[in-house]
Amino acid sequence: MKLQIRDVSRDFVTEQGEVVHALEGVSLEVGERECVCILGPSGCGKTTLLRIVAGLDRPTSGSVFIDAHRIDKPCPKLVMIFQEYSLFPWRTVRENIAFGLEIQGVPVEQRAGPVERYLGLVGLADFGGHYPYELSGGMRQRVAVARALAIEPEVLLMDEPFGALDAQTRNVMQRELLRLREKTQKTILFVTHSVDEAVFLADRIVVLTRRPGKIREIVPVSHCVHPRDRTCREFVEIRRHVLDLIAEGRGDSNGADG
Amino acid sequence: MRLPRPVLRFLLPLLILVGWAVASHLVANPYILPTIASVLEVLLHPFKDILGSGSLVENALVSMGRVALGFLLGAVVAVPLGILMGRSEQTKAFADSTIELLRPVPPLAWVPLALAWFGIGLSSIVFIIFIGAFFPILLNTIDGVRGVKRTWVEAAATLGAQERQILFRVILPGALPTIWTGLRVGFGIAWMCVVAAEMLPGTTSGLGYLILYAYNFGQMQVILAGMVVIGLIGLTIDYLFKSVEARRFGWRELER
Repeated sequence: MKLQIRDVSRDFVTEQGEVVHALEGVSLEVGERECVCILGPSGCGKTTLLRIVAGLDRPTSGSVFIDAHRIDKPCPKLVMIFQEYSLFPWRTVRENIAFGLEIQGVPVEQRAGPVERYLGLVGLADFGGHYPYELSGGMRQRVAVARALAIEPEVLLMDEPFGALDAQTRNVMQRELLRLREKTQKTILFVTHSVDEAVFLADRIVVLTRRPGKIREIVPVSHCVHPRDRTCREFVEIRRHVLDLIAEGRGDSNGADG
Repeated sequence: MRLPRPVLRFLLPLLILVGWAVASHLVANPYILPTIASVLEVLLHPFKDILGSGSLVENALVSMGRVALGFLLGAVVAVPLGILMGRSEQTKAFADSTIELLRPVPPLAWVPLALAWFGIGLSSIVFIIFIGAFFPILLNTIDGVRGVKRTWVEAAATLGAQERQILFRVILPGALPTIWTGLRVGFGIAWMCVVAAEMLPGTTSGLGYLILYAYNFGQMQVILAGMVVIGLIGLTIDYLFKSVEARRFGWRELER
């Protein structure tokens, strides 16, 4: 499996008729089982890029390929996990996880197996019958991850999935994601504005510039072994380098948050 | 002094009954205000024929049948149209002004047209009920569909759902609580319309007919008994709608 983003640009036209260049000439290859974080200041087009990869948005020019298949609409090989809670509130946790299988026409009796497996994998075995509103923010995102994994995608596209969580839960979820990745061997493309999160999770960090979003630099992190210690020298150095890149892009000397 | 809620709830009806008892005693004229006992007498014999026009129960069933017909017709047209208008800006722009113009016209203003088009009889009555039920169902359906979160639709799309599957598995269940509210409100209006429509000339059955007919004979106790039955049926059906709402659509309130 190989994910290729080839020279993608995306322009928006505002209500006043102004053209905004959100992305300009972004090219990137993501290899099998790689975890790539896209990082940049808000408004740099990182979410737009992810939506294009997910087939939820179209590039103005350029294209995205998964193997030889060109993506121009959502494709079950790539599943997106959103920042806002995207669970269906009228369905129980179990029914939410079964959604993708239902869509694919998997018969009822064959859904239970994978549903229970992924329910257990995200540590919610006892919550299958609950409704989303009965769960905490972190638990809901676990369900969203289980729901995505249940259709056995090749790539997980994560759009600031932990952005709405408190710092504590966020750290727990980051460790959980690494554990899940170890188990499921999925390729992950992860958008965040938190430098700390990116350095903790990524094999490579793609730093985007402020509007129009272009790739500023790709920072390799894979030499840093998991579990990463957020206070070790290596971690801090990478973090400082990335912060500098972002500060440059913003034209000021203050580092980004996180 | 603070009274407990259950006491408070029944206090006003009780006061009205007491006032009625006193007033009917003072008026002492059954053609103006009948006694409670005489009204109860009618209510306690719901199967007894009244002035050769059938019993309370028969007439209530006739009214309910008519309302069911008009209401279902209204729902069958309004829900799909509402989904279409909620989904597509084009359809909405196309139909919006017409609907906004027709909406404030009371269902009873359609009576002369209904009589001209459908003549005296069931079709006219059903048409009036249809008009009454149609608008609340339509407007709530549009609202419900517009209230479906974009993230739900996109989450479904990314999990492989096609247009049709998104419609039936995301938009419809997502909008259903609001559509249900529309059905409840629509039914309430439909029920008011049936009683009014049954007072039209040429009608010979139904609760509306019964109370108007009783008036011609000065049977005030029948009129009041009929009104009580109309109220109770409306109340019961509203309660049924609400209990389904609470059981099935509780997530709407709890979702933050």
